[in-house]
Amino acid sequence: MLEVSLTHDFGGFKLDAAFKAPPGVTVLFGRSGSGKTTIVNAVAGLLMPQHGRIASGDWVLLDTDRNIRLRPHKRRLGYVFQEGRLFPHLSVRQNLAYGAWFAPKDAPRENTARVVDMLGIGPLMDRRPAALSGGEKQRVAIGRALLSAPKLILADEPLAALDDARKAEILPYFERLRDEVSVPILYVSHSASEVARLATTVVALDNGRVMAQGPAADVLGNPQLRPGGARDVGAVLTARILRHHDDGLTELEAGGLPLFLPHVTASPGTGLRIRIAAHDVILSRDRPQGLSALNILPGTIAEMRAGDGPGAIVALDTAAGRVLARVTRRSANAMGLAPGVQVHAVIKTVAVAATDIGAVG
Amino acid sequence: MQDWLGPAEWQAVALSLRVSFWATLASLPLGILVAYALARWRFPGKQVLNGLVHLPLILPPVVTGYVLLLTFGTQGPLGRILADWGVVLAFRWTGAAVAAAVMAFPLMVRAIRLSIEAVDPKLEQASATLGASPLWVFLTVTLPMALPGIIAGTILAFAKAMGEFGATITFVSNIPGQTRTIPSAIYAFLQVPGGEASAMRLVIVSVVVAMAALLLSELIGRRVAARVGGT
Repeated sequence: MLEVSLTHDFGGFKLDAAFKAPPGVTVLFGRSGSGKTTIVNAVAGLLMPQHGRIASGDWVLLDTDRNIRLRPHKRRLGYVFQEGRLFPHLSVRQNLAYGAWFAPKDAPRENTARVVDMLGIGPLMDRRPAALSGGEKQRVAIGRALLSAPKLILADEPLAALDDARKAEILPYFERLRDEVSVPILYVSHSASEVARLATTVVALDNGRVMAQGPAADVLGNPQLRPGGARDVGAVLTARILRHHDDGLTELEAGGLPLFLPHVTASPGTGLRIRIAAHDVILSRDRPQGLSALNILPGTIAEMRAGDGPGAIVALDTAAGRVLARVTRRSANAMGLAPGVQVHAVIKTVAVAATDIGAVG
Repeated sequence: MQDWLGPAEWQAVALSLRVSFWATLASLPLGILVAYALARWRFPGKQVLNGLVHLPLILPPVVTGYVLLLTFGTQGPLGRILADWGVVLAFRWTGAAVAAAVMAFPLMVRAIRLSIEAVDPKLEQASATLGASPLWVFLTVTLPMALPGIIAGTILAFAKAMGEFGATITFVSNIPGQTRTIPSAIYAFLQVPGGEASAMRLVIVSVVVAMAALLLSELIGRRVAARVGGT
């Protein structure tokens, strides 16, 4: 398990962060300026922090107390940059082979053909980066990082420079990376849906400090945190596809409760992660009747947090898992909402966007 | 060509080509190193190095030639050391090559430095994270991407070396077959009655070589730029 602890004073901004990254995808989640990229660059060795230790077992990248500071090229990392940073003078094939050439001969390697196939970049092999679209560049960048036989993959907002269609194109590749490749991934993001879909572990950052860390469902379901901003609060449910209905709906099951979503292209039995944005959830004391919304999850209020403005975040424990709802403080008072109170969470089927549905890792 | 040019003129042309070729080739590695240092490194004395490199561009060429004579002449400090190793520069074609190299050096370094500065350091970082040591980063990313500028600088330096006069004639004089390059030869022909025709033929050769060098650098530069940047 990768353990990171860093302090660095930039004069005006102080980074003081420590976290652990177990296998899988660890997402550094926070607004811009929270120190995410600084941490990743410190792990990559592109920035040498004043104090810190970055190690996984006896693999020590940095230990300022013992005066160990590995140079970037000795760290054996695969870094997927926001802007791809493919070598413009090399073909896709040469870009992919670049990192592998410098890796130790006995390093465990991914099979090139398998990676090329997984990323769907076979037809691009003889092109130069200038002739690739943004999404294609990022897929090649992922392949280049993966094929350098890394011990850890770093990704710094690899989707931020892409439009929504391209984001939807690339995100599944990171899900496959998480599920099919054993290399741990440290992923930087400020997007709640990316976090909800990808993260095994979430490290929530604010102003250079770690506010919380832990399994994705725990951190995203904590009403006290909003690392992505108030609009981005939302919990994650894990569900399984039961069947597809003729009217275009997909029925899922989460903790024994049925969930109806707009058609999901996956076969019955497939596990999914679904992010439910807090502002899409309506609360009701009684089980509502004659309502158009199809999903009604009964539960008990576990925790509440009144915001600075008119809103409040209510955390609800249901059989399907933790759900967060953003309501006004006025409604919360009028309804007598408090921890321990039984309520129903109402979720419109069409409120769940396709970008908020991802594969289970 | 040998029919059109007289033996003395041909001798000057051949000598000029030889002097310029070796002056350019021998100074290229140092030129790349100095350009890289000026573009990428921070070190004490950087401005002094920058000034030294550019000095021959600003000083009167005669002064540069005289300094070379004082330094590399048979009585000069470096000249004596070199003489012990059997290398004599003064009044030899090798000395002419040294003078041409020194005079062309600022142009070469300027062009290469600009092209190295234009290489995105983020690509060099990406290369390092993929396991390339600094030397490999330089060889596989910086150098190929700076290639158009390196070629342009090399050809510019060659053209400058072909035309060098002041420092050459001061340092190594004007000895036919040894140090009488095209400019020196033109000067010499103009000093004797009836030499105008020979001088004019050498002038034409100079213009042709200079134009060819310019066109060649444009052509290669464009090709390499298309291959390197795709833009």
